[in-house]
Amino acid sequence: MSEGARLVVGPFNRVEGDLEVHLDLAGGRVARAQVNAPLYRGFERMLEGKDPRDALTITPRICGICSISQSMAAARALGAAMGLVPTPQGAGVAALIHAVENAADHLLHFNLFFMADFTRPCYAAQPWYGRVVERFTAAEGGAVRAAVEARARLMHILGLMAGKWPHTLALQPGGVTRTPGARDKLRIEASLRAFRRYLEEVMFGGPLEEFVALGNPDALARWERGDVGLFFRIAEDTGLAALGRGAGRYLSFGAYPLAEGAGHAFASGIWQAGQLAPLETGSISEDLSHAWMLGATAHPYAGVTRPDEAMREGAYSWCKAPRLSAQPVEVGALARQVIDGHPLARALVGPDGLGGGVLARVAGRLLELARTQIVMERLAADIDPTARFITQGRLPDEGQGAGLVEAARGALGHWLRIEGGKIASYQIIAPTTWNFSPRDGAGVPGPLEAALVGVPVAEGEATPVAVQHVVRSFDPCMVCTVH
Amino acid sequence: MKVLWLQAAGCGGCTMSLLCAENPNVFELLSGAGISFLWHPAISLESGAEVRALLEAVERGEVALDVLAIEGSIERGPRGTGRFQMLSGTGRSMLDWVVSLAPRAHHVVAVGTCATYGGITSAGGNPSDAVGVQYDGAHPGGALSAEFRSLSGLPVINVAGCPTHPGWVTETLMLLAAGALGAADLDALGRPLFYAQHLVHHGCPKNEFYEYKASAEALSELGCMMEHLGCVGTQAVGDCNIRPWNGEGSCTRGGYPCINCTAPEFEEPRHPFTETPKIAGIPVGLPSDMPKAWFMALASLSKAATPERIARNAVAPRVEVTPTIRKPKGRR
Repeated sequence: MSEGARLVVGPFNRVEGDLEVHLDLAGGRVARAQVNAPLYRGFERMLEGKDPRDALTITPRICGICSISQSMAAARALGAAMGLVPTPQGAGVAALIHAVENAADHLLHFNLFFMADFTRPCYAAQPWYGRVVERFTAAEGGAVRAAVEARARLMHILGLMAGKWPHTLALQPGGVTRTPGARDKLRIEASLRAFRRYLEEVMFGGPLEEFVALGNPDALARWERGDVGLFFRIAEDTGLAALGRGAGRYLSFGAYPLAEGAGHAFASGIWQAGQLAPLETGSISEDLSHAWMLGATAHPYAGVTRPDEAMREGAYSWCKAPRLSAQPVEVGALARQVIDGHPLARALVGPDGLGGGVLARVAGRLLELARTQIVMERLAADIDPTARFITQGRLPDEGQGAGLVEAARGALGHWLRIEGGKIASYQIIAPTTWNFSPRDGAGVPGPLEAALVGVPVAEGEATPVAVQHVVRSFDPCMVCTVH
Repeated sequence: MKVLWLQAAGCGGCTMSLLCAENPNVFELLSGAGISFLWHPAISLESGAEVRALLEAVERGEVALDVLAIEGSIERGPRGTGRFQMLSGTGRSMLDWVVSLAPRAHHVVAVGTCATYGGITSAGGNPSDAVGVQYDGAHPGGALSAEFRSLSGLPVINVAGCPTHPGWVTETLMLLAAGALGAADLDALGRPLFYAQHLVHHGCPKNEFYEYKASAEALSELGCMMEHLGCVGTQAVGDCNIRPWNGEGSCTRGGYPCINCTAPEFEEPRHPFTETPKIAGIPVGLPSDMPKAWFMALASLSKAATPERIARNAVAPRVEVTPTIRKPKGRR
């Protein structure tokens, strides 16, 4: 490979939506990366001037994979503007509906999006190659087929409680639109039992409680059971722990709010330099210096979305660059588990203040999938079929509100301003907006751009496999990214 | 039959819904019917250079294109360039690729309301100048002209829905593979009749409330949502309440209105989605094929005759009054 060679990687599939990665190579490694989100649709502009309630119909359709997360964020933003919170039981069912989507996304990512790359011929000499081909060949592998079946069955909970998936209107500022009865509760619990059986028999190969009790990467590496065990073996042999390490700055808005004042099932906060700090959303801003967007760096309450139709030189993505106190942060399942204080997640990102790499991101997601099952079982057990599941409120003519939730891929925020009873401004920062942001005005690259530096590229590789592992380890959702 | 699936400007939700197919799962269902993917962005192994080579080979006519399936609307902006969506790695817009590949295809299938008519991507002021593959809203002529016909002689087959039910997509593909879907099997907007000949109203669990115009006043109440909550299930095509979604769901079963997501321009109803527009207190919009005078007469009569059970349950979140049990005659 010649020094100074460049590669354009795309179409980049098994990520949700459109992604193009530009790589400068030197010495058989990535020297510099630019990440381009090449699709702009303009949801924030569509919403301007509409009845605020219409956000509940329109924003879920930003994304077919994080649809319920978008619903949740919109419902919370409206609720904040209305001064309305869901009834406790409505909040519990909403959290369950949300957790089902997130669990389904984690399942899909591992089995359909991520593992397929190890079936590539470049790994044919590996002792595990036959096994991984049998389990993870696209559309045909045993694990792939088992995963879509388990996912479809799990989603019966959404058919029952949310009408359909994706794109439900069941999540409202005051709760949920369907009131479960005693038999619905039993059906939900039956679906969850079936899902646990799948997770324990196929994916994890053992009790979930045993997996979530693992405390460090050595114990993880010794977990040989299930498809998850196959992944840990592959990770060890291919050095995925050191590949694509992040900067160790994580953000979580907190997932699945518990009863009033009791926090979240997975805590909110900020993690940097090996320290936990409380969430401070006032210091969030979006920088437009390298985005085909016009306007100044602003907090989302003041932000605008004006596409630069000239697609000026120097900018290279429709994605804005969100920053927290002027710094990029990584979001996602690993971030949530680190911030929640899970010992395995903390150990995976290391005591050196550096961030986790491919292994840590994927293991963080698997850990969270196991823990989410336990959360869902508790939310289902807590359903009281005699309770009220929704309360009504009034929209103000003037007001504002933020809806901050955790999608499968990380922190999702909606910031809404209402004037004259209509939407005056609606700004959205999605998880992959954070993770796959372009550079900012100081030239600081986004988290993926930084994580790709140093990734090996073999002679003659047009679509480098290690780059694919790093990109997919973030579980990007590109349709959410620009929206 | 090999399907090349492209994701244009949409949310990917029609693919996500497709993966919810059951009995059997999507992969067994399609492979059993002799259908495989030439390439699918969410499913296939191939990425980057491998995909570019495939697309170029299809474009040159070296690889046969049995079905071109397009999910998402086609963006023409900014300023007619299509550059709001570049097909990554190719330096060309999705608009350019679709126009180039469609004439090579034996069938072109638009999956979802974005691809069929523009859909949600064209909502509001349509910031990206998005259209459907062969329609611009309800008007024929989108990214492809109204006159376009694929090699099979059919226009673009419009599997509309936001999202599409997995059955609508898999059965359309299976009918095509079996040579059993012709022009007479599509409605006037190009939608397969096997699901578009039904209304969402058919099989709706709120039918008894509808019969008496016993209306829900707020979301979650059991009554009919036509009068107050924006439900247009009596006008929307789809078998949503005949074959359920995700086990046993549908929008109206979930306690929220049908917003006619299988129709062109559903994204701009010109009133809030969950509120019925009214003139002098009377809802605008009649059930399909119902003469207005009849509807008004029947509505006022049935409203006056509403039994107590139905009136009370209509405004409750759960059944409060159960049906009267009549004892059988002639036995003791």
